[in-house]
Amino acid sequence: MNEILEIVLLSLFVSGTATVIAALIGIPSGIFLSISNFAGKKSVKRVIFTLMSLPPVVLGLIVLLIISNEGPLGGLNLLFTAKAIIIAQTLLILPIITGNIITSTEELSVKLIDTVKTLGGKKKDIIKLIMLETKPFIITAIILGFSRAISEVGAVILVGGNIKGSTRVMTGYITLNTSMGNRNESLIMGGILLVIAFIVNSLLERYRYENN
Amino acid sequence: MRKILVVLLVLLMVGCQKEEKLMIATTTSLDNSGLLAYLLPHFEEETGVKISVVAVGTGAALELGRNKDADILLVHAKEQEIEFVESGYGEKRADIMYNDFIFVGAEKIDSTNLTETLNFIKDNLEFYSRGDNSGTHMKELSLWDSIDYTPSGDWYKETGQSMGSTLNMANLAGGYTFTDRGTYLSMIDNLDLVIAYENTVELLNQYGVIKVTDAENSKVAEEFYNWILTSEAKELVSAFRKYNEQLFYVE
Repeated sequence: MNEILEIVLLSLFVSGTATVIAALIGIPSGIFLSISNFAGKKSVKRVIFTLMSLPPVVLGLIVLLIISNEGPLGGLNLLFTAKAIIIAQTLLILPIITGNIITSTEELSVKLIDTVKTLGGKKKDIIKLIMLETKPFIITAIILGFSRAISEVGAVILVGGNIKGSTRVMTGYITLNTSMGNRNESLIMGGILLVIAFIVNSLLERYRYENN
Repeated sequence: MRKILVVLLVLLMVGCQKEEKLMIATTTSLDNSGLLAYLLPHFEEETGVKISVVAVGTGAALELGRNKDADILLVHAKEQEIEFVESGYGEKRADIMYNDFIFVGAEKIDSTNLTETLNFIKDNLEFYSRGDNSGTHMKELSLWDSIDYTPSGDWYKETGQSMGSTLNMANLAGGYTFTDRGTYLSMIDNLDLVIAYENTVELLNQYGVIKVTDAENSKVAEEFYNWILTSEAKELVSAFRKYNEQLFYVE
């Protein structure tokens, strides 16, 4: 039981951190991309949407190459640590969050910009207003990002190593127990993962409709 | 158009029925070695049976057998195998071949026996254990047990992954690990690991064959069980080479 609790807490910490980092970068970038006009904007959007379908294992491999001893960040000793998992999950969900913000706010943004401009507002006001108006979409993007992060297997095992007591998260535990033929343990952990996803969804969902 | 589809469907069904099938569950280490890809076509040619191989850990292979999802098991955890048969899940079991386990790492360990090696590892090195109840993991645990020691601490990393992944991790992190010789040799081009300690007698890796009780393809399973124990099959196993090294020895 103790082991399971540790694994659950580690998963929450790792995926929570990754979601916060990815949201802090992805939400402003997404909104910026949806309200601004510049040469190459279409290409940037296309790259973001393409990255949404990057196979996680490939992403994991790239992170592994960067943080392994001979990689550019080899000196930081990130390989097979929880930090490595956070990096991989952050990079995995960053395009997902950014892309979702772009698709959901773009149409609304155009209308808002016109309104704010007519009323004499500045770019700062536009961003503030969009953040307020698009809160439900932002929450949805965060939920999507977190769900994707906590359910990732391949990249996480590759860079984290699935080491017992230090980098074994819920999905790694499920993979291991399935390979060992312990189907009950796998199903129980799968159930816990679903319950967590349900709770996170419910909490954010409530926040989403507050003040609205 | 519809007629053509019906004809195709009938042909497909006839085609499927004609072929006899056999489902073998085996360990990843045996599959990685390349032996099965070399050995099994001989049986398929002789009998016309189509063999499917599922490569999983020994624990999962036994579980597949328990659920009758496999007809034949080729695994390497003798105690568990005997227990499996005694519990009624397996109809019968026999030794088929053996090779050995080795310790691998950045450099050779300067020691004359197993006890010395184990003590040196636990005091000085970072060690990557499979940690997955596989045949290899069971063997490794029995070694620590033989010096009355229960491995734990920062130096001891349980990867919970396949032999290939664990070798890669030890390689990347500059650690040591315990592996069957076959998997190590099959990956040697991509590894900077050398044999740190070897001793075939102490580190014997015994493979066995089990026929699952009431197997779905019972008749073919019986045929295969008898075939793999023939002198013809044993000669094929002995003749198998990788990098000019014999990988498996028969009784």
